[in-house]
Amino acid sequence: MEVTRSKVEGGHSFRSRQLKAQQMLRGDLLDKDLEEFVEERLLLTKFEDAQNWARKNSLFPLGFGLACCAIEMITVIGSPRNDLARFGAEAIRFTPRQADLIIISGRVSIKMAPVIRRIYEQMLEPKWVISMGACASSAGMFNNYALVAGVDKFLPVDVYVPGCPPRPEALIYGIMQLQDKIQGSPHQGWRERYRSAGTEEAQGDANVIANAEGAEGGAERA
Amino acid sequence: MPDATGLELVAQRVRAAVSDDAVVSALHAHGSATLEVAPGSVHDVLEHLRDADEEPYEFLASVHGCDYLPEEPRLGVHYQLLSMDRAERLGVKTRLGTDDPGLRSVVDLFPTASFQEREVYDFFGVEFDGHPDPRRILMPEDYVGHPQRRDFPMGGEPVLFTFNEHKLPRWYD
Repeated sequence: MEVTRSKVEGGHSFRSRQLKAQQMLRGDLLDKDLEEFVEERLLLTKFEDAQNWARKNSLFPLGFGLACCAIEMITVIGSPRNDLARFGAEAIRFTPRQADLIIISGRVSIKMAPVIRRIYEQMLEPKWVISMGACASSAGMFNNYALVAGVDKFLPVDVYVPGCPPRPEALIYGIMQLQDKIQGSPHQGWRERYRSAGTEEAQGDANVIANAEGAEGGAERA
Repeated sequence: MPDATGLELVAQRVRAAVSDDAVVSALHAHGSATLEVAPGSVHDVLEHLRDADEEPYEFLASVHGCDYLPEEPRLGVHYQLLSMDRAERLGVKTRLGTDDPGLRSVVDLFPTASFQEREVYDFFGVEFDGHPDPRRILMPEDYVGHPQRRDFPMGGEPVLFTFNEHKLPRWYD
């Protein structure tokens, strides 16, 4: 989008707009004047787009660290140096009930996997997962008897961030990729490569849920 | 830290108090003193060292296992004792074979040994007789095998990357 700046006009224009607004409130603006006034102040969009725009700019990351990547993750979501507030994701929540983004920051042991799955299930829809670092994505250098090689075995991962650990800039870039995805222009990347587009976990379709509830309710009534 | 002479004196006192064949050898190397004891008398030796009138070691700093493959007997269990008063450390170690390794638990002497004996059991398969809660501590309950033994396979699994995906089964087809 091309942005042009023009010099703000003098006080006269502002004053005239103020007077016009006063007239509108009093009901003095009629017909053509009123239509013009409304047209000047309307911005049209799809509801879905507006909703996604609001979602992507108010991500609530879960303050949840697993290993050494957690240190980098904390500097990203918690420090003014990297300032994730610029991208609307600075409100860290320490309970999964209030968070909608979980960053798997570090290696996941076989014993820890069910715990993480439960935390993920406690989060409210819609929710997203970032797999941060080599260990979370593929067990990295700790590919041995104790670890799960890749959190995508038990979580639907949206964005993988490579690195050991990734630099904060890399994680921020990952979060921005996730924002693009939320806005509806997903970078399909690996899903295209492995022909797995459309295998994401279903995001609660209102009709499906309503039908299921209706069927259950009907069964109970019968 | 007892010096080489002091360690011999400790070994003599242990032999006198417990039994003649309790101490297999006394090793003083790299500035650390270690008594190697027979597996059957570990509990008695530690009890004597803890309660001795002369130079007691009242604190058990660490218990850990070790696999000495290819030496025989393969497994070792180390007890690190510490005297707070004299700031002296003494290692007690014992060696066990891999078929049905077992020791008497020292939790009744040093309660701190509880978790550490569970760890030795978890990773090396040494069973501690008389332990109040002999379960695995770090690996899942249903895990099979003792993964820190040297003949245990490393584990892990192949991960699909762009450089090796033509060799691995294409699970996404």
